[in-house]
Amino acid sequence: MINRLEILETIKMISEEHLDVRTVTMGISLLSCAANDIDTVCTRIYDKITHQAEHLVKTAVDIETEFGIPIINKRISVTPAALICESIKDADSFVKVAQALDKAAKTTGVDFIGGFSALVHKGATRGDKLLIDSIPEALATTDKLCSSVNVGTTKAGLNMDAVRKMGEVIKQTAHLTEDKDGFGCAKLVVFCNAVEDNPFMAGAFHGVGEPDAVINVGVSGPGVVKCALEKVKGADFGTVADTIKNTAFKITRMGQLVAQEASKRLNIPFGIVDLSLAPTPAVGDSVAYILEEMGLEQCGTHGTTAALALLNDAVKKGGVMATSYVGGLSGAFIPVSEDAGMIAAAQSGALSLEKLEAMTCVCSVGLDMICIPGDTSAETISAIIADEAAIGMVNNKTTAVRVIPAPGKKVGDVVEFGGLLGSGPVMNVNLKSSADFIARGGRIPAPIHSLRN
Amino acid sequence: MRAIITVIGTDKVGIIAEVSRVLAENQVNILDISQTIMQDMFTMIMLVDVSKSKIAFSALSDTLSSLGDALGLSIRIQHEDLFNSMHRI
Repeated sequence: MINRLEILETIKMISEEHLDVRTVTMGISLLSCAANDIDTVCTRIYDKITHQAEHLVKTAVDIETEFGIPIINKRISVTPAALICESIKDADSFVKVAQALDKAAKTTGVDFIGGFSALVHKGATRGDKLLIDSIPEALATTDKLCSSVNVGTTKAGLNMDAVRKMGEVIKQTAHLTEDKDGFGCAKLVVFCNAVEDNPFMAGAFHGVGEPDAVINVGVSGPGVVKCALEKVKGADFGTVADTIKNTAFKITRMGQLVAQEASKRLNIPFGIVDLSLAPTPAVGDSVAYILEEMGLEQCGTHGTTAALALLNDAVKKGGVMATSYVGGLSGAFIPVSEDAGMIAAAQSGALSLEKLEAMTCVCSVGLDMICIPGDTSAETISAIIADEAAIGMVNNKTTAVRVIPAPGKKVGDVVEFGGLLGSGPVMNVNLKSSADFIARGGRIPAPIHSLRN
Repeated sequence: MRAIITVIGTDKVGIIAEVSRVLAENQVNILDISQTIMQDMFTMIMLVDVSKSKIAFSALSDTLSSLGDALGLSIRIQHEDLFNSMHRI
């Protein structure tokens, strides 16, 4: 029989330390749904998703029961909608596509559906432009739909026309969801180096290099890492890194098990496990608390970037041995509104937007779930996106921006989103203008990677 | 399929009897059992075979969980593979 202490350790991780599988995400290709007629596209999309994902939620719930592991979200990601709607001629029709996706999500019972997306890192087609124009209304008239736009890659550089446009789209989305404090923006993410197999929202989509359908799993467990570190107080960084690696291995093995079971039962190939540390607003399930456990008085102070770099690397090193295929965003997430420690640090002033930007250089994934004043200009939002995308482009990593310019809110106010999305203190942005910089447009050329210094 | 049942809580008379009764009623075979007192908490771990169980796994899980509530204990049943995969390569 398995060792008693090991059994009790697992039980404690689940019952007291918030160990869970964050998401089982089914990727579904919609390439076969393309058509000239909008109604045909919508019908094909709805039918394909509801057929393919018919048993997804039930299977995940069965696995949850049999293994006693909470699976917090069940999600679907689909082919970027701009690709299958290239023949559609107006933005209003794209809103119908968004609603068809939302309806399919509701029928299958999943928590979110991602893939109302466009990949415009080098330039936008007519379909891409129409989709981007339709994002504010699409997000305002749906509940489960998430949208993402890729504006840059290391190989292509940054599409600054798209960066400028996305600043406006985010403002407009906040305006159309004003009654919910700009909640629409929580479902919209702007990427550099977006990945094709990401199981996490709001940025999940099913890339064109993927098979017809696939199962991807994202794990969680900041609370488990924090509790493990409590046992090595004062030890040197070698011990800290080893402790995190050991814990990440166990967390990821659980993700691998769930992914394999789901894949077997649904008869859909297993794609990847995302080696992630995803926080929730629950006390004790925070990435910030891990950094503080390492010896920082509060997350955001000097030393935070180094602590996060160690954490992120150790999570990957521990996790990579535990699963046969690694992918997605893989790393520690730092979404401010979803992390009790980050919220506290932002409220006390210890954590600033500038420090968060530095932190995103060494972790996954970017400026995430950050509330900014409602009167922040579109150009400033575009400039925030440009900075973050530049970090991703130059450092060969995925970066993203998901900011919420909460209408009518000022620095120090708190925006309540509820559920996994938590609550966000409105953070200070630099008030000097970036308008002339953003107005230039064009492309920032891809960086050179042969003369590394 | 084999599963692990864990019972954790304050010790009292008849815990093993009650859990065993529920398992016997549902044709769940006990393969191994161990119990101890750790940090004043009663902890019992059972390895069981549920392949001939009269009720579905989810129903068995609910039944054990309600028994736990009645006895003031936490009773869980989980697929053995969870522990194997987490702690063994």
